[in-house]
Amino acid sequence: MLEIRNIEAGIEGKQILKGINLAIKAGEVHAIMGPNGSGKSTLASVLAGREEYQVSGGEVSFNGKDLLEMSPEDRAREGVFLAFQYPVEIPGVSTTNFMRTSINEIRKYRGLPDLDSSTFLKLMKEKMAYVEIDQKLLSRSLNEGFSGGEKKRNEIFQMAMLEPKLAILDETDSGLDIDALRIVANGVNRLKNSENAFLIITHYQRLLDYIVPDFVHVLYNGKIVKSGGKELALELEEKGYDWIKNLEPANA
Amino acid sequence: MAEETELLEELTQGDYKYGFVTNIEEDSLPPGLNEDVVRLISLKKNEPEWLLQWRLKAFRHWLQMEKPHWQNVTFPEINYQDIIYYSAPKQKVQLNSLDEVDPELLKTFEKLGIPINEQKMLTGVAVDVVFDSISVATTFKEKLNEMGVIFCSMSEAVKNHPDLIKKYLGSVVPFTDNYFAALNSAVFSDGSFVFIPKGVRCPMELSTYFRINAQNSGQFERTLIVAEDDSYVSYLEGCTAPKRDENQLHAAVVELVTLDNAEIKYSTVQNWYPGDKDGKGGIYNFVTKRGNCLGNNSKISWTQVETGSAITWKYPSVVLKGDNSVGEFYSVAVTNNYQQADTGTKMIHVGKNTSSRIVSKGISAGFSQNTYRGQVKVNKRATGARNFSQCDSLLMGDKCGAHTFPYIEVDNPTAQVAHEATTSKIGADQLFYCNQRGISTESAVALIVNGYCKEVLNHLPMEFAVEAQKLLAISLEGSVG
Repeated sequence: MLEIRNIEAGIEGKQILKGINLAIKAGEVHAIMGPNGSGKSTLASVLAGREEYQVSGGEVSFNGKDLLEMSPEDRAREGVFLAFQYPVEIPGVSTTNFMRTSINEIRKYRGLPDLDSSTFLKLMKEKMAYVEIDQKLLSRSLNEGFSGGEKKRNEIFQMAMLEPKLAILDETDSGLDIDALRIVANGVNRLKNSENAFLIITHYQRLLDYIVPDFVHVLYNGKIVKSGGKELALELEEKGYDWIKNLEPANA
Repeated sequence: MAEETELLEELTQGDYKYGFVTNIEEDSLPPGLNEDVVRLISLKKNEPEWLLQWRLKAFRHWLQMEKPHWQNVTFPEINYQDIIYYSAPKQKVQLNSLDEVDPELLKTFEKLGIPINEQKMLTGVAVDVVFDSISVATTFKEKLNEMGVIFCSMSEAVKNHPDLIKKYLGSVVPFTDNYFAALNSAVFSDGSFVFIPKGVRCPMELSTYFRINAQNSGQFERTLIVAEDDSYVSYLEGCTAPKRDENQLHAAVVELVTLDNAEIKYSTVQNWYPGDKDGKGGIYNFVTKRGNCLGNNSKISWTQVETGSAITWKYPSVVLKGDNSVGEFYSVAVTNNYQQADTGTKMIHVGKNTSSRIVSKGISAGFSQNTYRGQVKVNKRATGARNFSQCDSLLMGDKCGAHTFPYIEVDNPTAQVAHEATTSKIGADQLFYCNQRGISTESAVALIVNGYCKEVLNHLPMEFAVEAQKLLAISLEGSVG
């Protein structure tokens, strides 16, 4: 589904990613771990197409298409979803209205007609249950005055609504208490199927207690230095990040 | 050779001229303004002597006045002798239905997307169409008649309800008020008159579409709405104008009067030609709008969405004379390219326990200048007056300007006056967030702007709000990215 080949990228002239290789197949859950500043969020931003980041080398193909050639909105329409580390506030625009606009623009791209109101509402009701989110929250201005947990739950709710092929979770666990963490993880687990894939970016191992990854990759200094199964996450939790600093980049 | 060039010019210009301007025979006065012109306007409209005298007084007063220069707008000096002060579509007989309307005229409405017939059937809105200076069609009259509601053109009102006009015309905005109000009083062409009798709640939204059509003819509209005790009316004013290459002056006067427990809700969506991308052309919109809450417990509410005009200069105001009366002002003013807007409101607290609320949302894009100018005045005897003002500015790009001038004058110690102001920008992170959800940048801007204006748009009648949302999106097209 996603193939990242030797990607190099940076911001404001500073190189952060120094040759990343990663292949994700449908049905897989990949976790990317690493210390602060290792380039985890940069990778998420590059995949989603954030303008401030410049890609200086390498390529990314998504279902056979050149992802880096696409505008951010077309990437989303092709099925790439980013759950933001810091969800953005949009005053006066409710989540409901936002989702409706989003779904209909994506449908238009795929040559489908607008979703009628009753179908949309039915879909909302169904997905609200995934993350135990309240209707009232969805009527409020998007992310404005939301608690940290509400923001993250709202991201997962949006993910559930859009049913992406590839979902990137950028530190979704940061700032969550254990109950919110469990709710968010449950939502992800319900959405997981053989057709989609997840790329979970996290600093800590604890989210991976709830969402079990098929592969764990350790990012350090802009490179993947080690890849392994879920047990690698536990090893990192136990030993911390210091020991990986001496590792040679893994050959993908 | 010279002849050929002339012919060529005529042909090419002719193409433009008939491309969008309705080709109707017009009964126009030559450009220029003097006492004879004022007399002629009055004569053409078969007006009574008292009205002619009133016009003449206004004209003589206007001659003495200085042109205002305090606004935060700049434009070339207007030559008032170049303007045509009267033009009316030629009509032989008084019209009773749309079938009798000149088909050319109906075509223009079609081009503008104002299908009158559909309007009538689908929305239940009575539409009083003002085309240039003369009302050509008035609908739903019978139903309103039954309830005693008067909704007609100003000329008809002068003819059929002279006592009411004599009593209220100029009672809120006297001709001495300002330069443009004086000019309007001297040469006003037509407009709308609404009278809601005691105890009547007008069952439908009353709506007028204004159109400026005749080249060079400034439009001097006069609107008067009187709501008697315990009555209610919601009035909609919507404007469109065809593309023009030269500036056109529009100086309307709107007067509202509410008696005890009456309420008037006045909504405007203004979309006049703002000039092209380089700031050429466009309408000058210099309007005086004021309401007088004469009665106790009465209420006047102005809601406006201003997207058009090259220059907008208007301050819909409320004089809160009656005890416990309420004044409201909800405004969205959008400026793009080289547009200039100096707009806001005045809330004058005179009666006891009067309250006012101001919510102003300015949006500036391109090279435009957007100014909020508001005055809250609490008189000595206005015990217990309350005001809340919120003035927000949204900037798009870094070539535009937003300015806020709130004037607060309080002469009573019991008054409570609160003013809040914010300035914000559409952030790159907001746009990226929308993009990441598959929303194009254009749609994202529309979404964010509509969210920003929501509090104001919520005060518009439903069908008007939808129209206004689309208008905001169109006005800001291409301003980001």
